[in-house]
Amino acid sequence: MPDTNKMVRNELVKEFSSFLPADSIIADAETQKPYECDGLSAYCEMPLLVVLPSTIEQVEKIVTICHHRKVPIVARGAGTSLCAGAMPNEQGVLLGLAKFNKILEIDADARTARVQPGVTNLSISQAVRDLGLYYAPDPSSQIACTIGGNVAENSGGVHCLKYGLTVHNILELKMITAQGEFLTIGSQALDTPGLDLLALMTGSEGLLGIMVEITVKLLPTPENARVVMAGFDSVIQAGDAVRDIIANGIIPAGLEMMDHLAITASEDFAHAGYPTQSHALLLCELDGTDAEVDAYITRIENIFKKQGATTIKVSQNEAERVLFWKGRKSAFPAIGRLSPDYYCMDGSIPRSQISHVLSKIASLAQRYGLRVANVFHAGDGNLHPLILYDAGVPGELERTEQLGGEILELCVEAGGCITGEHGVGIEKIRQMPAQFSDQEIKQFMVIKDAFDPLGLLNPGKGIPTLKQCQEYRALNREHSHDHGHEAHAHD
Amino acid sequence: MKTKLAPRFAGTKLADEAQSILRSCVHCGFCNATCPTYQELNDERDGPRGRIYLIKQLFEGADVTSATRTHLDRCLTCRSCETTCPSGVQYGRLIDMARGVMEHELPRSPGQRAIRWGLRKTLPNATLFGALLRIGQSVRPMMPPALKNKIPPRQISPRQHKRSDTHKRVMLLLEGCAQPSATPNTNAAVTRVLDRLGISLIAPAKAGCCGAVSYHLGAHDEGLDHMRANIDAWWPDIENGAEAIVISASGCGTMIKEYGHLLKDDPIYAQKATRVSDLAKDIAEILANEPLDRLKLRPTGKKIAVHTPCTLQHGQAQPDLISNILKRSGFELLLTSENHLCCGSAGTYSILQPTLAKRLLKRKINALEGQKPDVIATANIGCQLHLQTGTKTPIVHWIELIDQVIEI
Repeated sequence: MPDTNKMVRNELVKEFSSFLPADSIIADAETQKPYECDGLSAYCEMPLLVVLPSTIEQVEKIVTICHHRKVPIVARGAGTSLCAGAMPNEQGVLLGLAKFNKILEIDADARTARVQPGVTNLSISQAVRDLGLYYAPDPSSQIACTIGGNVAENSGGVHCLKYGLTVHNILELKMITAQGEFLTIGSQALDTPGLDLLALMTGSEGLLGIMVEITVKLLPTPENARVVMAGFDSVIQAGDAVRDIIANGIIPAGLEMMDHLAITASEDFAHAGYPTQSHALLLCELDGTDAEVDAYITRIENIFKKQGATTIKVSQNEAERVLFWKGRKSAFPAIGRLSPDYYCMDGSIPRSQISHVLSKIASLAQRYGLRVANVFHAGDGNLHPLILYDAGVPGELERTEQLGGEILELCVEAGGCITGEHGVGIEKIRQMPAQFSDQEIKQFMVIKDAFDPLGLLNPGKGIPTLKQCQEYRALNREHSHDHGHEAHAHD
Repeated sequence: MKTKLAPRFAGTKLADEAQSILRSCVHCGFCNATCPTYQELNDERDGPRGRIYLIKQLFEGADVTSATRTHLDRCLTCRSCETTCPSGVQYGRLIDMARGVMEHELPRSPGQRAIRWGLRKTLPNATLFGALLRIGQSVRPMMPPALKNKIPPRQISPRQHKRSDTHKRVMLLLEGCAQPSATPNTNAAVTRVLDRLGISLIAPAKAGCCGAVSYHLGAHDEGLDHMRANIDAWWPDIENGAEAIVISASGCGTMIKEYGHLLKDDPIYAQKATRVSDLAKDIAEILANEPLDRLKLRPTGKKIAVHTPCTLQHGQAQPDLISNILKRSGFELLLTSENHLCCGSAGTYSILQPTLAKRLLKRKINALEGQKPDVIATANIGCQLHLQTGTKTPIVHWIELIDQVIEI
């Protein structure tokens, strides 16, 4: 570490020590190491300093001091981001919000909960279960990921198809601005006059402010919810079944798809009774009144049969419904059983394109000599191709990144976009120029500048500079040119 | 996760195993969600994922100091993370290996070494522990409350009944080290219940501590010696057809089930150790497969909360075993919360990490007493004694509940 950084660090430690307990300031490289990355461990950076405040006043002070000294800040919740959104900055402070883990207030009449940002997604639903309520967005990492991170990435999940993303399920945010000022946006009412800053903040990836309190909407638990699970001989058939469900005007509570690799890995952990011989699995949840659910199940079963489903199973009770989902929700890490590392992509495509894009991904994977497992929110058209690789093999991560880039660009070509719910972070920043023109990128920068003129909040993430855009576009052209040659050579 | 062993570890069996475990972790962070110490401290360094990272540094050859050890020491080895981990990371094994390496490479202060040595020499020695406990019990009435709390009062067996040693079916019984003096009622109940089911028990005098105390304190060779001594003590009866080794302390059971793995490279003991591990059964596993109607149970109306020890629910992957048997036997079980969390006992943890152990104890008692139980049932002596220091509700081994309602 350069001497100037060390000096800054020592001075920060001294200032922070006046209001933070000693074990909430982590300055030694040895035990700082576990903080060098989030859920995407391929991207690491050691921070200057880690702090773990536990009150809003402490956060205000930390941010004010950093602003005064022009020191970058990266906010972090549970560190489950899959786009390196919480990767530290080597000249900055990593601001851990895990100690903000209290549910402050539950208003059963208004169906809202006021929570701290470090509360895990699942614990909100657990806390209100006895009231017959739940919080709808349910990312697969809901057991561990925090609501603050969900807002930062506008996270989705299995139930977003019917109930919307994070942005549709929050009412009010309290945040600390880049200058260290406390700000409340949104309100306890459904709409607020003026510009919709709440929507702007949702999905802003820690670039515009640091959230310290969130009011979420709660929904009544449906009278009944059941899952239809169907196995298919090909992903094409399953993709067509998804298209048919949507085309028939049915909006299931969740509609998820997994391919063969994902089915076998998840089954190995969850023992959910998945058909491990199948090449594709669909999980379709129907909720509502008993009569509604029964009627929809019949329609869904007919669609599955028409598309040649080889096995169809309907959950018979709540325990079985939860078990069917357990495999799906642990699918990413369960892939760890098949491969030492994986790279999780997050592209969205029009739902009519699923079969087409999946077969293109398969041929791309073959060309790169890498395995790809597919686990995704089929109903939303939100793909999560997981590229299996071994970081211990020289060059394999680089090839994986290239394949990942091609997959995302394929999503853009198919009329979709490069992220569904995981955010851009560091991981997808190279694909931003494929998605957006310079004019659009400039608009993002203007907004960033309005909130954070010194560029101290989560720098280097989410929005590429125009110079980077040029470089990435040039590199991509070169790269696709190379691959064009390679493909011909294989012919 | 990418790992590169330091040259000094390369090629050793231990480090190879550590590397394969490290590489199975994909760094998703699900484990932190169910880790008791992460729940209390909310610091990445005090959850499994962070500890795995710290251990990775150790095996990759970084300079590791007592700063790392602080966080490894705070781990309860409850293995809740293993139940949660979709990638199948064998965390318990990994942290045991790391602790062993660190004890060698970074010796503790003389004071800390003395405490640990004392624990390793006292707890596993049934005679010595029993004598010390009796002295403690005799002066207990005069002690200040804080200390008094630590010493369990003398148990008096509630009922005696004649038993037969001549059944055709024979099993070995692990008597344990602290159990004969601190909770003699447990194995007395095991003996009576199995007698009713037509099973005789034998307990060779030479069998002793399962090895867990030494092994989990990083004294691996000492732990392995305990294991070999037990194998020698049990082997003649195993050859004579003993059908199982019955264990009523799930902590010991988890250890014995690992003999096969831990001694796999010992040319003399490897095979025997595997056989012993295969035969090791928690008393709950035995009862789950026996016709309980033969016991003619007459359950009372007592309301029971169950604390399944971590060693049983995570270590042996049997989260519902005790509850199922108690339900089958007609007992009324209450709803409890945070069932996956450790009570803070965790072997020698409550002695070495008293502050965290007390926080976890308080949390666990609250979670167990939500519906006001008459009695709390558990399956491990460590949990039983530790939980009792936090509540007036009686804590018993569940087999005693069964024993108490057998119609004589």
